[in-house]
Amino acid sequence: MSSPSLAGWLHRHPGARLAGLLSAPLLWLVVAYLGALGVLLVSAFWTVNAFTGDMVRQPTLDNFRTIVGEPVYRAVTLRSLGVAAGVTVIDAVIALPMAFFMAKVAAPRWRRWLVIAILTPLWASYLVKAYAWRVLLSPEGPMSWATGYSPGYGLTATVVTLTYLWLPYMVIPVFAAFERVPDSLVDASSDLGASDFATLRMVVAPLVFPGIAAGSIFTFSLSLGDYIAVTIVGGKTQMLGNIIYGQLVTANNQPLAAALSIIPLAAIIAYLLAMRRTGALENV
Amino acid sequence: MRTRAFIAVLGAVSLVVAGCGDDKKKSNTESQGETKTSTTSDGSLQKLGAGEGAVNVIAWAGYVENGSNDPKVDWITGFEKDSGCKVNAKVAGTSDEMVTLMKTGQYDGVSASGDATLRLIQAKDVVPVNTALIPNYADVFSGLKDKPHNTVNGKNYGIPHGRGANLLMYRTDKVSPAPTSWSTVFDGASPYAGKVTAYDSPIYIADAALYLMKHKPELGIKNPYALDDAQFTAAVDLLKTQNRSIGEYWSDYTKEVEAFKSGNSVVGTTWQVIANLAEADKAPVAAILPSEGATGWSDTWMVAAKAQHPTCAYKWLDWIVSPQVNAQVAEYFGESPANSKACGYTADKTFCATYHASDAAYASKIWYWTTPTAQCLDGRTNVTCKDYSAWTQAWTEIKG
Repeated sequence: MSSPSLAGWLHRHPGARLAGLLSAPLLWLVVAYLGALGVLLVSAFWTVNAFTGDMVRQPTLDNFRTIVGEPVYRAVTLRSLGVAAGVTVIDAVIALPMAFFMAKVAAPRWRRWLVIAILTPLWASYLVKAYAWRVLLSPEGPMSWATGYSPGYGLTATVVTLTYLWLPYMVIPVFAAFERVPDSLVDASSDLGASDFATLRMVVAPLVFPGIAAGSIFTFSLSLGDYIAVTIVGGKTQMLGNIIYGQLVTANNQPLAAALSIIPLAAIIAYLLAMRRTGALENV
Repeated sequence: MRTRAFIAVLGAVSLVVAGCGDDKKKSNTESQGETKTSTTSDGSLQKLGAGEGAVNVIAWAGYVENGSNDPKVDWITGFEKDSGCKVNAKVAGTSDEMVTLMKTGQYDGVSASGDATLRLIQAKDVVPVNTALIPNYADVFSGLKDKPHNTVNGKNYGIPHGRGANLLMYRTDKVSPAPTSWSTVFDGASPYAGKVTAYDSPIYIADAALYLMKHKPELGIKNPYALDDAQFTAAVDLLKTQNRSIGEYWSDYTKEVEAFKSGNSVVGTTWQVIANLAEADKAPVAAILPSEGATGWSDTWMVAAKAQHPTCAYKWLDWIVSPQVNAQVAEYFGESPANSKACGYTADKTFCATYHASDAAYASKIWYWTTPTAQCLDGRTNVTCKDYSAWTQAWTEIKG
């Protein structure tokens, strides 16, 4: 008997209905998601007893002073941002013609197979793919004896591997964007006397740009946070993720790790704001 | 149709839940009924209870072998049969990793090297060990007992396991002439640029300091773990130069085996066990103790303050230093055993002589890992030395 009356009560109180619907996900967002980030931010102001490794809970700016003062952190930050930007640009350059071909040139019955071909590598484990590149790029490996050249393990190998790993995340949004460009617009443009290049620049590019922006958010943030591929193919290269992991696991300095992890966090937020300013996020 | 499937799923779930519940009940009664361990005020055990059925240990690679790496190398099966304690081992690559893992409170014991023991004791992550409950302790070399790294205020915090040196490994087909000095990885590393490897831990700075101790006597280094400003800077600079020749750093031993096998690394620091594994994989490698001597380790099995399986932990400590097992571990890892009777059980009868097990003069030439502190370990009082946090910071900078 209680449930009909409860339903009636809820019907009469839309506010309570909304609260009941949203409180669980809100609780999740605030406690589990923002709460974890909050703890991270707070612990960045603590220090660690150098000898015993116990946490000293007295607020201090020492960690931030270390990060700003030591040139090594600046160098690693710049290197990580460079890798993330490089991977994003290379992925975009590869993805644009691929997506264009898939959406506009290939016969419709081939389109589905091409999408599957792009997505299939995502089925294999990240580690398997990274180790495959380790074997491929080895100074004594297949690439070396087939072409006589291999970049060896290092920064180049890291960029190559990450570019490969995140390519599908760029191709799919760009493909979707190309698909949404109506052929009639292109026809109209050329009917009105625009050259192919002008059509591409003034009609297609603005419509496809949000797709590239969406893809770039994936490739940029995934590359910036990566630390596993770089340990596998990066040789002695350190990225921000490696330093954070090292401080957390090897040096047992959670406060410094927390302070360091604010760098990629800030970089991603800045990137998202920049993307929002271009208007790219409005119709993704 | 759908309801029937739903009922079937529900039934399966409830069966699983019931099964789990039973298990839990059983183990609860077991631990209540049989284990009666009692501890003294300092946290050490007074007497052993019945085994808890499992023991979780943190160990160096090669210390806990159950035959999965090599069917002939197995001292876990016997222990599990004998004691009823299932061994769950977590292999750690560096002392820092061991200290961090011990803080999780999930482990009962750890094979800590001298650069971890005091940190664990100070942080109260480990408790003293009642050596009377470890019969095999009596046979441990007296030169390893009651040392500053395993005994504080007269209390023994663990059972010595063995000791050895960090060696120089090289590919015999790629490195010639055969190296005799650490200079192959420092001043003379350039012919092998991009193929040199080094141990990925701040404690490796001591290897550079040891090299400088022999080659730059004007720096006045007396102990590679006691470095003042000028000495520390010299060691860090040497490592920054070395970094240009480094291909990869290693702390995961499987990665080093693979790197030497494929030829991605041709020369660098190693442990004997890694050389053995690489040789077993048919890699043409050799490992030597260079003329300058070496850094090394002296390990101690310790018991966690929050051990959930204290009795099994004590049984494990006794087993791992028992003459036969200690001989097996020592021979497999390539270190001198801690148990004086172990020398009678090694497959190679000259093993203990080769590894100078009872030779105190030899052991004094090895600089065993220890935690650097601001108060200089070599006894100097007119200068401050660099403490371990400075070493950690410098290590990040060296890698760049």
